[in-house]
Amino acid sequence: MAHGPAKGLTRWLYTTNHKDIGSMYLWFSFAMFLLGGVFALVIRAELFEPGLQIVEPEFFNQMTTMHGLVMVFGAVMPAFVGLANWMIPMMVGAPDMALPRMNNWSFWILPFAFSMLASTLFMEGGAPNFGWTFYAPLSTTYAPPSVTFFIFAVHIMGASSIMGSINIIATILNMRAPGMTLMKMPLFVWTWLITAYLLIAVMPVLAGVVTMMLMDIHFGTSFFDAAGGGDPVLFQHVFWFFGHPEVYIMILPAFGVVSQIIPTFARKPLFGYASMVYATSSIAFLSFIVWAHHMFTVGIPVAGELFFMYATMLIAVPTGVKVFNWVTTMFKGSMTFETPMLFSIAFVILFSIGGFSGLMLAIAPADFQYHDTYFVVAHFHYVLVPGAIFSIIAATYYWLPKWCGRMYNETMGKVHFWLAFIGLNITFFPMHFVGLAGMPRRIPDYNIQFADFNMIASVGAFLFGAAQILFLWNVIATIRSGKPATAEVWENPEGLEWTVDSPAPYHTFSVPPEVK
Amino acid sequence: MEQEQPTQSIAALSTKLAAVVVGMFVFAIWIMPPIYDVFCEITGLNGKTGGQYIAVDAGVDTSREITVQFIATNNESMPWDFRPHVRTMKVHPGEEVEVNFFARNPTSEDMVAQAIPSLVPFKAAEYFHKTECFCFNRQALVAGASADLPLRFIVDRDVPKQVHTITLSYTIFDITDMSQDMLNDPKVASVP
Repeated sequence: MAHGPAKGLTRWLYTTNHKDIGSMYLWFSFAMFLLGGVFALVIRAELFEPGLQIVEPEFFNQMTTMHGLVMVFGAVMPAFVGLANWMIPMMVGAPDMALPRMNNWSFWILPFAFSMLASTLFMEGGAPNFGWTFYAPLSTTYAPPSVTFFIFAVHIMGASSIMGSINIIATILNMRAPGMTLMKMPLFVWTWLITAYLLIAVMPVLAGVVTMMLMDIHFGTSFFDAAGGGDPVLFQHVFWFFGHPEVYIMILPAFGVVSQIIPTFARKPLFGYASMVYATSSIAFLSFIVWAHHMFTVGIPVAGELFFMYATMLIAVPTGVKVFNWVTTMFKGSMTFETPMLFSIAFVILFSIGGFSGLMLAIAPADFQYHDTYFVVAHFHYVLVPGAIFSIIAATYYWLPKWCGRMYNETMGKVHFWLAFIGLNITFFPMHFVGLAGMPRRIPDYNIQFADFNMIASVGAFLFGAAQILFLWNVIATIRSGKPATAEVWENPEGLEWTVDSPAPYHTFSVPPEVK
Repeated sequence: MEQEQPTQSIAALSTKLAAVVVGMFVFAIWIMPPIYDVFCEITGLNGKTGGQYIAVDAGVDTSREITVQFIATNNESMPWDFRPHVRTMKVHPGEEVEVNFFARNPTSEDMVAQAIPSLVPFKAAEYFHKTECFCFNRQALVAGASADLPLRFIVDRDVPKQVHTITLSYTIFDITDMSQDMLNDPKVASVP
């Protein structure tokens, strides 16, 4: 096909091409990753030493809140949607997404949502300061006036995610090439299909909970206000009913990415494909019945504590199946350690550490000690940074040659990996220790006994942050002047995306491929 | 090979998915909160006590004695004096008891308050019946006025054996802003 991309700025504004939109999602999420990273470095700079040095406590609270919101909704989720946009049509042999115009819209409302959210930093009363979990009444009765902008920003990003998910489900269910049965789909497609269903089920609940906040703040209702007959604990139930599936929304596509990469560099087919699919589905189902493990300390009956404790621990079973399958795929494989593989192996190891600390937190009686300490911070950063973020970086290195037709600098990639790997462990591992010793999270000052570990963590954070500049440099250098890549890029990789040229033509699979 | 025909069109599928979205939104706002309230009332979760109870004469179980403690708390900026006349008392299961809480509005403004109960242990919540409670209604006090707020309750004969002490807490909230209608009502404002 001769038809190519339009020229100029309007190409990006009006585009309905899944590759253009995928690229925009990825660049946007990288920008948010840097912004959220700057917020994180403000936090770590303040925590370098005990006492208040750099920022006021009020501003510190705004930083923890904005860091969480920007990283979750601005960096991780759009990055996975970007990967889905780029890869799913190519992996299932479709010419484009099922609903290309909606695709354009679901991307372009995001910059508005995050401009609005970021603008609260400059408002009177400051940005939201109630933590990314925005518990009522902190986020209602005691919220800064900017909370209304936060609420509408969440509405817009929710709408974007919902439209993105509908698009992804429609593409996967309706646009597969002939012969591509569901059980032949690459795992990245499978995990995204399940993730998209999770998003459709819980993003409206998030929209609902912020709408209830809006009504409590401005329209005199009392959903979360005890004085009017409401209950602040209801907020936590509704929030975590969204929030727990949300954490799997951020990790299931990562499972998919790693399940694509490990077989390529182990030069063996993925071990236990079907069990991977069933494990992913079980995790998705279980994610709906474990939400109260975030709330063990609010005062729920013993029967409830036990139910949520056991249900939570049950998730370790399908997750264990996955880790077993990845390890078995590598077992006796002809492994090579290119940058995507390094990030994927680190994913398997470090995500497992995060999983184990999750199991510790799942023990209801022990959670009373860990609750709201740095141990929790260590746990979820171990699942999100080497989990979600590493898989996104691995995916970028893995597919970048396909996207831009050029090979990245392998040495620089490996240096990036090792700096990031060392930086993240220096940052987050000591948090386990200070957490177990009782250091509370979201506090700008701390007891002197925690000083050494916090200083180490801050050093690691700056190292980790600096490593990402190398990543940006490597990606830009690849796009501008990398060595040309072959169509296959790697040695006999599996998947339809490797059957098209590198760079992938603007339109692929206008005629559906035959899948045997 | 024949092109595999999807069972439904993209438009039909998207419409169904959009319906799920709308359904979940409705579920979050209009269904979850009422279910939560009912669930809490049935299970006594959060120590929520029920509404008005119609006493049935089941006799008094004099073989058991339960200590009932009363706690009164002011929510954040609520300026009223608010306390129970009796802090602790012993009751027999099945016996109807009346106690009074004291409330005084020391400010120069007419105010309306709402008391919110909570009871521990949660297991006892469903066995603690109120035949009369000031928490069932909003309470208005004009500037400087004070009042005795009545509470009549029965501890059910079926209260579990391991319950020896029940603690009933009231937190009083300033709801003057939401209750202007009550202050404007001459009957109410003149009561104290």
